[in-house]
Amino acid sequence: MRNIYIDLFLTFARIGLFTFGGGYAMIPLIQKEAAENKHWVSDEEILDVVAIAESTPGPIAVNAATFIGSRTAGAAGAACATLGVVLPSFLIIAALSYVLEAFEQFKVVQYAFRGIRAGVLALILKALWSLFRNCRKDVLSYVLIAFAFFARIILKVDVIIIILICAAAGIVSSLITTSAGKKVRP
Amino acid sequence: MICLDLFLTFFKIGLFTFGGGYAMLPLIQEEVPAHGWMAMDEIINFIAVSESTPGPFAVNIATYVGRMSAGIPGAVCATLGVVMPSFLVILIVAKVYAAFRKSRLVEGAMSGLRPAVIGLIAAALLSIGKEVFAAAAELSPGAVCVSAAIFAVMAILAFRKKHPVLIIALSAAAGIMAGYLKF
Repeated sequence: MRNIYIDLFLTFARIGLFTFGGGYAMIPLIQKEAAENKHWVSDEEILDVVAIAESTPGPIAVNAATFIGSRTAGAAGAACATLGVVLPSFLIIAALSYVLEAFEQFKVVQYAFRGIRAGVLALILKALWSLFRNCRKDVLSYVLIAFAFFARIILKVDVIIIILICAAAGIVSSLITTSAGKKVRP
Repeated sequence: MICLDLFLTFFKIGLFTFGGGYAMLPLIQEEVPAHGWMAMDEIINFIAVSESTPGPFAVNIATYVGRMSAGIPGAVCATLGVVMPSFLVILIVAKVYAAFRKSRLVEGAMSGLRPAVIGLIAAALLSIGKEVFAAAAELSPGAVCVSAAIFAVMAILAFRKKHPVLIIALSAAAGIMAGYLKF
């Protein structure tokens, strides 16, 4: 049997190399490699991995790699899996940055990016819509969406402050609803 | 010194991004141009590059910003910075994850964070959109029409679940055509 650390590194390097766009695109591949092939986690645990990756800071791919690495082989395993998932992107982008630098003064590249910038707006709009569709539809959500939007656009409040206020509002609201729920029940 | 600054700034960006992908955009937009590392239009260009290359957006953009502002050491520092908060937080959470999953505190915080991310990305989209169209307006009125047309068509394709790489390729082709037709 291959060394578990090398195995974690190589498996997650493959996952990092073959996922375009990042985020949720990576989940099916993680499920296939880490659960079906390697049995590092069970199929049900993959759902936990996704839920935890979503509710902790940072990229989902990195969170999932660290989590599975740590459950399989402790902190060293986590380091190997995380390094594996990050390294392909790092190498490709570092190499590509030289190419982009060399090509950016060409007219055709400038024209292409002029079109691409408009296309990227459409991609962000679509991503925004997907997030909205998956978000809980209640008063708190609508109020916080409006608050975050206007606080940023009009008042230019720092992003981190807005994030902290909204997290606190969510916590307070969930404490109020659970304690109200307790009072109603006999 | 710039390497330390890159590490700390991307550490902060990594620590306060929930949900991955474009959730990082508002913080990138706030921090990166303010440090003079990269202008917003270059960041928008890079979003397209990141969509067409493997790996998470966060890692890609950290590597790119680091590399363009301080070479390979800069790329290493920024990437380490953006990954480190996730890594440390998950190491702790992996030990207590049963409790973490059932925690009402975490659930409550997430019920506030999800809408926050939506509102912030909407704000980022609006200001990036303004910038894209202002840049087009500086070129010519025709360029504004071309940008609007590309945006409309690509939005339809995106909502029909066409692949981002296809959308970027078509946008590039349309941009090249419009450029040589002198719009």
